[in-house]
This record gives sequence, C-alpha cells and structure tokens, in this order.
Amino acid sequence: MKRLIKDESLCIGCHQCEAACAEAYYKTSDPAFACIRIEDREIDGKNRPIIHVCDQCGKCAEVCNSCVIQANPGGVYMIRKKDCVGCLMCVGFCPEQVMVQSDERLEPSKCTACGICAKVCPTGAIRIAED
Amino acid sequence: MIHICDVPRYHAISEDELKQMREKHVLLRSFSYEKTPLERGYTDKILTVDLGAKEAVVSDIPAEVKEKFIGGKGYCLRYLWDAVNPSTRWDSPENEIVMSAGPIAGITQYGGTGKTLICTISPLTDIPVDSNVGGFFGPYLKFAGFDALELKGKSETDVIVVIDATTGTITFEEAPLEHFDAHVLCEELTSLYAKDEKDKMNVAVVAAGSAADYCNMGMLNFSFYDPRRGVTRLKQAGRGGIGRVFRDKRIKALVCRIDGVKANLNHVADIGLINKTGVKFHREIANNDIHQNDMRGVGTAYSLRTLADYDIVPTNNFKFGDAPGIDEMTAAVFKKDWLTQGAADGCWYGCSMACAKASDHFLLKTGPYKGQRVCVDGPEYESAAGLGPACGIYNPQEVLEINFYCDTYGLDTISYGTMTAFLMECYERGILNRERTGGLDLSWGNAADDLELMHRMARNEGFGKIAALGIHKQKAYFAEMGWGDLAEMNDFGMEQKGLEYSEYSAKESLAQQGGYGLTNKGPQHDEAWLIFMDQVNNQIPTFEDKAEALYFYPMFRTWFGLMGLCKLPWNDIVPADNALTDDPKMVPEHVENYLNLYYGVTGKRIDTKEMIRQSERVYNFQRIFNIRMGKGLRADDAIPYRSAGPVFEDEYLWREERYDTQLVELAGYTPEQVKSMSLQERMAATRKFREARYQTLIDAVYPKRGWTLNGVPTVEHLRELGMDLPELLEVIEPLLAKEGV
Repeated sequence: MKRLIKDESLCIGCHQCEAACAEAYYKTSDPAFACIRIEDREIDGKNRPIIHVCDQCGKCAEVCNSCVIQANPGGVYMIRKKDCVGCLMCVGFCPEQVMVQSDERLEPSKCTACGICAKVCPTGAIRIAED
Repeated sequence: MIHICDVPRYHAISEDELKQMREKHVLLRSFSYEKTPLERGYTDKILTVDLGAKEAVVSDIPAEVKEKFIGGKGYCLRYLWDAVNPSTRWDSPENEIVMSAGPIAGITQYGGTGKTLICTISPLTDIPVDSNVGGFFGPYLKFAGFDALELKGKSETDVIVVIDATTGTITFEEAPLEHFDAHVLCEELTSLYAKDEKDKMNVAVVAAGSAADYCNMGMLNFSFYDPRRGVTRLKQAGRGGIGRVFRDKRIKALVCRIDGVKANLNHVADIGLINKTGVKFHREIANNDIHQNDMRGVGTAYSLRTLADYDIVPTNNFKFGDAPGIDEMTAAVFKKDWLTQGAADGCWYGCSMACAKASDHFLLKTGPYKGQRVCVDGPEYESAAGLGPACGIYNPQEVLEINFYCDTYGLDTISYGTMTAFLMECYERGILNRERTGGLDLSWGNAADDLELMHRMARNEGFGKIAALGIHKQKAYFAEMGWGDLAEMNDFGMEQKGLEYSEYSAKESLAQQGGYGLTNKGPQHDEAWLIFMDQVNNQIPTFEDKAEALYFYPMFRTWFGLMGLCKLPWNDIVPADNALTDDPKMVPEHVENYLNLYYGVTGKRIDTKEMIRQSERVYNFQRIFNIRMGKGLRADDAIPYRSAGPVFEDEYLWREERYDTQLVELAGYTPEQVKSMSLQERMAATRKFREARYQTLIDAVYPKRGWTLNGVPTVEHLRELGMDLPELLEVIEPLLAKEGV
C-alpha cells in the first residue's frame, strides 16, 4: 500500500509541501488548494506544526454514493472525475480535511500519493511509504 | 452489525429476460423535443402528457406563474387548479398528476436537495393532496428540460412514458412483460433503459405497484439506483392516493433518462456560495450526527423510544402512547440486527444525512415473493410506528416485511398502518369479526393476518376490497351495514378530511393537534411537525406560542416544498452551538444556509420574511383550492376526538392521574370535585375541556393566518400577498359575504 507518512517532530513549518502540491495541481501557491495541510501551532514559544496528510483511510470512498472513489491496486484512493457529481461529501467527511474543493472545477481532488510534497520537504517530515 | 462491505451485490436481471421484455415493447407514439438547458435553477418549461390522446406538449411557464408560485408544490397546485373544476374527482379524466422539483432541486452539494413535489385530486380526500419524495426523477426531469410535468387524460391500455433526454424524445410504449410490483418493475426498467451497468445511475423510474390499481391509499415509488449494492432502490410519494390516480390513468411507469449528473447542471448564479455552504453542512454532519440523532446509522426510526417516553407513539390505534414492546424495536436493535451500516444512503446526491437506510437481502416469509431476498427500505419512523406499534406489532422482522410489501404493492405505509390499526380496534370492539373479514383474525399484533389482508388488497379479493377504501369510507360502510356506530367510529377512526393520520399521538400536544387538524391536505405532520418542539423540547410553552407556531411553521415548512428540498436536514442534525443561538428551534444557521442556497441558485437575495411570503401565497392558494373543491372551511378542520383525548375508559385509566390532575390544573375543577366524580364524569369533563381548547386554538390561529373564523382567507390578506387573483376571489367572496366580512 502506497501512502504519505509523516514525522511531525521533523516539520519546521516551511509550508513548501503545500505550495508544491497546490502549484502542481491548481497552478497556485495558495495552501487552500493543497492536499496536505500544515497547521501552525505554538508550544513554549516555538512553532510545532501539525501535519495533516491523507493516509488513504478511505472515508471519502465510503461516503460517496456514486462510488467514484476507489482504491487502485496500490491502495491509493482515486477519484474517477468523469463520473463524479461534485457533491463534496468526501471533502466534508475527510477526517484530516485535506481534500481540495475549487470553485473553478466541478469535482474535488485528493492526495494521490504522488510524492511531490515529499520531494520538496527539506527535513524529511513527510515521505512516501509503500508497505 | 451488518456492514455494507459484507453485503453481496444483488443479482442483475439476466440478458435473456431483458431481451424478451424489450422485444415485446410496442412503440405507440414518439415525439422529439429540443432540450432547454437550465438557467439559475429553471428551464421555464412544462411538459404536458395526455395519456388519452398520447400527446406530449412542451409549453412555456409564464413569468407571473414563476413569480407567484416559485416552483415545486406551487407549480403543481397552479397547474392542477387550471386543469380541474369543482366537480372533478380523482378518477375524472381531467384530473391531473402534476410533478415539479423546484428551483433548488438537483444541486448536488447540500443535503436533501432532490425532492419532487406531486399534487393531484385525491381519492381519499377529494381535494388536492401534495406529497414529496426523494429519488432521481424530479431532478432528472429538470435536467431533461422541464420544471414540471403534467399527466392528464386516461390511456386505454397500460403504458410507460419514457422521457429520454439523451435523444430528445418522449415515447409512449407498451411494456407487457414487465411486472407491476415496484421493486421488480423499477429494476426491470432501469436495466432496460440503461446502456450498461454504469448507466443505471442515469435512469429514473416512477411506478406504483399492483395494489394501487384498487386501493385509495395507492402511492408512487421513485427509484434511485444504488451502484454499491447493485440494486434499484425506492422512495415513496406516500400520501393521499396519488398512485391510485396514476394507475387509473393506466400509467405503468414513467422513465426519465439523462446523460449523467454533474455538479452544476442547474447553471446556478453563484456556485462558490453553494460549494461553501455544502462543505460546511457535510462537515457538520460528519462531526455531529453520531452525537445527535445518528441519522446515518438508523434513519428517522431513531426516535421511537424517545417518543414513547413522552406517550407519543400511537400504540393500538393511538389509544396509548407507549408499550413495553417498543424496546424490541429501538434504534439499537435496528442498528444491530437489521439496517446495513456504513452505506452512503442518501436518496439524492449530496445528502450526507443519508437517512434512507436499508435492510439488505431480507428474507420474505409471505406473499408472492416468499422465499426471496430483497432490499427493504427503512423503515422510517412513520412506517415503523404505523405498521408496528399502532397495530400492536413489535417484531422488527414483521414490520420490515409489511413495509416491503406496502412499498412494492404501491401502498402508503402511513395510511396502511393507521387504517389497519383502525380495523384492529374495530375487531376488538366487535364491529368486525372473522366472518366479516373473510376469516382474518385482526387481533392486535397479528402480523400474519395483517400481511394476508394486504395480499388480498393487492389481489382485490374479499375483505381486501373493504380495506382498500381507507378509514373514511370504511366508517360509513360499517355503519351502513349496522356493524358499528358512526359517532363512535368517528371518535377513534384516525382520519380527517379523508386522510389517515400520520404516526404521532397528539393527546398531550395541543400544538400538534392543530398541526394535524389545521393542515391543508389532511393530518400529515410535514406541514406542522410541532410535537417535538412542543412536547419533547418544550420550546413553545404558552398558548400564544402554540398559536403563533401554527401560523409560522406551516408557512416556513411550505417553503421546502416550493424549492424541492427535504425538511430533515433543517433540524434533525444541528450545529454544535445551536443551543446558544437566539432561537434554537429555528436552527438559525441552517435557515441562513437555505437563504444562501436560494441566492446561490437563483441570484435573488431574499430574507426570512420573503421566504414566508413566498410560502403564504401558495398556502392560501391551496386553502382556497380546498374550499373550491368543497372541503376547506372550519368544519373540515375538526379532528377525531382520539387525537385530542381519551375516547374509552381503559384509555383514560391508562393515564388516569394525568387526566385527573389536568382537570384541576387546567380545567378549573377542585381536587374535591374530581375525587367525587365518576370515571364517566371525569372523561366527559376532560372531553369538554379539550374540545373547547381546540376551538379556542382555531380562534387564535385563523386570524394570524389572515383567515376569518370560518377559515376563509380574507380579500385584504390576499391583496397584501399579491394573491388577489380573480379566480380566488370568485371562490371566497360569496363565503365572506355570508360571514359579513
């Protein structure tokens, strides 16, 4: 199973992962369009970010009543956009709130475990795992 | 617990069978049309289908109709009014079935946005009935180019009408090999008109069922294909006998086929606002549902135990309000043993509330499908309570089986449940016996004979023909036969205006007594579902609050029917901080959502005041429509006494302390007086007090609605609403003159 995994202790909150994801799929650096979310959090005066990633839990597929989100052989849940009715239930039910909805498009998008975010992470806080 | 992952897919109909059916289809007539795309939720077109002439005509919906009637139920009533006259009855050829989904219907981003409204002159009430239903058909009709569909005339043979938006054709076809029962027929037609398995999602079917041919409580099933289970599921436009009218027109089914659903087929004014509102709603359901009503787990039947705790479940024909057996059919029991969990059970896209639960591969024990495993809808609260406790039945398996057969035979579960409960009480009282029922033992709780009764209704056999009449006509028949006393049956026969009551015992909720009695179509809770607000949550404690609620909520709730919206997402699950708002019972954040959806679709900004005005126009139109058809005045808003108080001694004794206390606290008797009164005297005093209180309530509500004390909308009120239409004034002016208004 292929998925993105995280080690929050390594995250420095640079947000490059968000920018890379949003740039790759939505041609913008706006983190609202990234399938990864870094939540800045201050503890003892230091930034201790929380990383929200898609761990391919499949909740999005479970709530979809058109059955257009299905796991591929690698265990990555993919949206069959041609048949997606854009109900956005998957976006609302994503436990990590890392699905992207854009008013410019009729369908949402989700993490495909492509690794673009991991490649730009300077500390290795996120990486693609295959098990 | 049964999880959707473990539910095998249902078997598809074989290609051979489909081929045989297809080969026997006879194309009677075909029309081409040019599909009008939706713009801001409207096509501004209506399709009129004449079953007699086999004609299909597309017309423009005039701007003034759109302005005053908005859509959905408003359109249905407007076009029905124009089609009929005061002597039209349900089986007159000019009677129409009009369907319309409303401007918001068909968006996919928010829960409960796929409702179709349907109106006809009812065989039960002889006045317009409106019913609303989920499923695909209404939205698909819009996507096919029509804001509304009128069905008029009568065919001489059974026909299906196919609206194929993919080719721009409307066809009349004979389909002789397909079954009549809805669960089979809808599956067959879905399979026949879909190109392949995936395309089944793009086919919507409307069908009644074999019992709708004979029964005044015949209803319409609306399909929605479930790709996960591989089965065509059904939702019901239950109330008022629309299925009977459908079959009287010899319509076997309606089919609508489209290319596919996408997120913005309504071509809305502000998709961003709709997206934002939808995601917020979905998050709220994701976070709160499990902590609130667990609609995703159990559906509306979650409330059985809670309602029983307040004596609201109509056990034994509304005689009592609770029974130990209800513990056998709680939410926990349905969830553990019967309802599939984890499924995306919305009856339209984007309904994250997902309350259309199902019992999968349910093994039938009786009837023509005995031994087969089927997908059973629900049961929803109304079905569970009416088919179960109202008839003294507390076994979930039996309730599900009765529910299944009601659906596939095309019988309204509410009318069937309340009617059977009435028959069981007649049986208990000796008005009926085995001889009169043709051997059926209609004792409380006898599910086997309950089912046999229904099978006879579907076959139009024996006592099934009497059951088919509904309570109103049964009472007259039993009295005419000398079997029972009409006045007594009027007290415990739970119907008003000819429509059977839905499943809330309102004895301790004055607001709900009015919520049933002062409705337009008859005692159905969808217009003024106040019992939770009144009795459970105590949010309208004073008399004035209740009277005000009986003005406001029927108008507020009518709005959902104009838009094509389901009311459940309004207040079944609420924002976590709802209790902290100024008016928790209104769920202000959700009202704001609806105003945003309206703006998002139509581009018109309205406030709650205009929302109410939109509804009031249609509500008063419907009231005057009732008057025009001969049943819309104060006398018609009278309720059977059982809806307000205990009819029989055992009923009084069941809550003797409560009734005695109320004689002191509410009716002005002293404790000593009450102690000295016989049971009959206390019952009579209770009745006198409760009946007078209901009349006082009417006196308070009618003026708030802009009506005279005889229940007639005033000219001044109509003028204020912009509804002083000549055809309305013609109906009310003679009555107003009589009242000296």
